[in-house]
Amino acid sequence: MPTHDTVVAPTAPPPGARAVWRRPRGRPAALAAGAVLAALVAAALAAPLLTAAAGQDPYTYHDDLIDSASGGAPVGAFGGAGADHWLGVEPGTGRDLFARLLYGARVSLLVAVGATAVQVAAGVAVGLAAALGGRWADHLLGRVTDVMVALPALVLAIALTTVVPPDFPRPLLLVLVLGALGWGGVSRVVRAQTLALKGLDFVAAARLGGAGRWRVARRELLPSLAAPVITYAALLLPGNIVAEASLSFLGIGVRPPTPSWGQMLSTASTWFRADPMYVLLPSGLLLVTVLAFTVLGDAVRAALDPRGASRLGRDAGRAGKRRNP
Amino acid sequence: MTVTRFVLKRLAGALVVLLVLSAALYALFYLVPGDPARLACGERCTPAQVAQVRELLGLNEPVYAQYLHFLRGVVAGREYSAAGSPLPCAAPCLGLSHRNDQPVTALIAAGLPATASLALGAMAVWLLLGVGTGLVSALRRGGPVERVLTVLTLAGTGTPVFVLGLLLLMAVCAHLQWLPFPSYVPLTQDPEQWAWNMLLPWLTLGLFESAKYARLTRSSTLETLAEDHIRTFRAYGLGERAVVTRHALRGALPPVIALSALDLGSMMGGAMITESLFGLPGLGRLLIEGVRSVDLPVVVGVVLVIGAAVVLANAVADVLYTLADRRVALS
Repeated sequence: MPTHDTVVAPTAPPPGARAVWRRPRGRPAALAAGAVLAALVAAALAAPLLTAAAGQDPYTYHDDLIDSASGGAPVGAFGGAGADHWLGVEPGTGRDLFARLLYGARVSLLVAVGATAVQVAAGVAVGLAAALGGRWADHLLGRVTDVMVALPALVLAIALTTVVPPDFPRPLLLVLVLGALGWGGVSRVVRAQTLALKGLDFVAAARLGGAGRWRVARRELLPSLAAPVITYAALLLPGNIVAEASLSFLGIGVRPPTPSWGQMLSTASTWFRADPMYVLLPSGLLLVTVLAFTVLGDAVRAALDPRGASRLGRDAGRAGKRRNP
Repeated sequence: MTVTRFVLKRLAGALVVLLVLSAALYALFYLVPGDPARLACGERCTPAQVAQVRELLGLNEPVYAQYLHFLRGVVAGREYSAAGSPLPCAAPCLGLSHRNDQPVTALIAAGLPATASLALGAMAVWLLLGVGTGLVSALRRGGPVERVLTVLTLAGTGTPVFVLGLLLLMAVCAHLQWLPFPSYVPLTQDPEQWAWNMLLPWLTLGLFESAKYARLTRSSTLETLAEDHIRTFRAYGLGERAVVTRHALRGALPPVIALSALDLGSMMGGAMITESLFGLPGLGRLLIEGVRSVDLPVVVGVVLVIGAAVVLANAVADVLYTLADRRVALS
C-alpha cells in the first residue's frame, strides 16, 4: 500500500477515462498483464463450463487416484496429471485440481473486487465528509483515519470473524471485514485532493453559478476525484487478493468444501515433500494474478498521473518531481 | 512548545486512542455475539450451569459496568469468585480463557518469546537486505543492477508471505535438504538449536518485508541525493563515497526507521501467518486458536496487546522522528 505518496496539487480537472485506455496501449507489460487478467476473469466466469468440458467437478472424491499407502499422495507423476485430470488431483482426497483452482479463482476475484469496492465507497464518503464538513468533522475523521491506517488489519480481520454468526455467508463476510478495515488510504487521498480542488476556478465558478455544497460535491468534485481514486483502487486490488488468500490460509476464509487458493496452500504445507505440484500450482496462480494486478495498477497510475512517473520505469518518480516542480 | 510538553502530549494522545480502542473492542465483542456465558461454558452446559458461569464472569451486569470492571482488572487485578473456589487473576488482568481458565495475560506471556524471536530476527534480515538493496539500486540508478533489483523488488512486493515460506520450505528442506522442518526450541533452552530452527522463519518474514523497505530506501535516497546541500558538497569536491556515507544517508534513513515503527501492525499480520506456517507457538497461534474455539477473552486480549504495541510504537516513532529532524515543527 503506498503510504508515503505525496499528493500533487492539481491545476486543472484531471484526465478522463480515455487517457487510461490510450496510454497503456503503448506498454507491453501492461498489455500482457491485462491479457492475463482478462483470461483469468473469463476462466473464472466460465468455470462451470470449463470443468464440464474437462469432465470433472471440484467436489467429487477419487479414492482410486490417491495412494493410501503413502498417506494419500496422488498416483502418477506431476500430481497425477493426465488426460482425465489436466492438472492432477488434490492429495488426500483425489478431487480434480483444475476444477478446484478455477473455482478458487472465483472466490479470490469476487472477494478482492468486492472488498476494493467497499473500501473505495467508504473512503470516498469519509474523505469528502472530512474535506467539506468543517473543522471539527475534519479533525475527528482525521484521527479515526489515522487509527484505522495504523491498526493491524489482518489481526483485526481474524478477530472479527469470531463475533459473526456461523451461518453468515463467508465471501460476504470477507468483503465486509476487509472493506471496513482498509478504507483509510482512500479517504486520505480523497480528502487531500478535495481540499486542493476546492480552491480551483472551475469549482468556484460552479459555486458562483449558485450550486449548493452537495451539488458541487456530486457534479464537480466527484468526477475530478475519479482519477486519483481509480489509481488508488487499482493499487488496492492486489493487496486484497493477498488478504483473502491469507485469511483462507489461516482457515478463516471461505468454508470447505468451497475451494480457495489460500486454503489449498494451507493444506499444501503438509504435502510439499510428497506432492510439489500441489504447492506450485496454487502459488503460481496467486503470484501471476497479484503481479498482473500490480503491473496494471502501475500502468493506470502512470496514465492518470503523467507527472509521477511509473514505479517500474527507469525514471524515478520523486527525485524527478523535485527538480521540475 | 517545549520538548517535554510535546512528548507528554503525544503519549497522552496514545493513551486516549488505547482507551477508545479497548472500549470499541469490548463493545464489539461482548454486545454482538449471542451469549458470551454460553460460549464460555461450552456446548453441553445445562441452563443452570450457564447461569452460574454468567454469575462467575460478571456477565449479568450491564456492558459498561463489565467494561469498567475489565479496566480495573487491567490496573489492579481482580478475582472471579464462584460458589466454589475463587479464581485469581493478577495485576494486568485481561480475563480468563474460556477453555482452560488460565489468565489471558499468562497465555500472552507464554506466546511472547516465540513472536519476539521471529520479529527481531526477521527485522535484522529486512533491515540488512531491504535497506541494502534500496541503497544499491539508488546509487546504481539506470544501470543493469538497478533493473534486476527493481524486478526482484516488484516480485517481492506481490508475493504473499505464506507462498514465500512454502517455496523456501520446498527448496531448503525438501530439495536441498540443508535444514530440517523447523520446530520451535526456546532460546533459554538451547541457543544454537533455537537459531537453526528460526532461520527459515526469519528468512521468510524478513524477505517478505524487505521489498517494502527496498522501495522506500531507494526513493528516500534518491530524494536526498537531489537536494541542494548534496550538490554543494559535490561542488566542493567531496568524494562520492563521503557524500553518500556521511551526508546522504543521514537524510535518507530517518523515514526508513520511522517506517519500521509505523509498520509494526502489518508486520504482526505477516508474523501471524509465518507462525502458523512453521508451527511457532507465538501470539499469532494463540489468536487463531482463540478464534477457532470462540474464546472471547483470549481474542480481545491478544488484539488489545497488539493494538497497544502498535499505538505506542506510533507515538514513540513520532516523538523520535520529530526530535531527530529539527525541521519538523513541534505541534
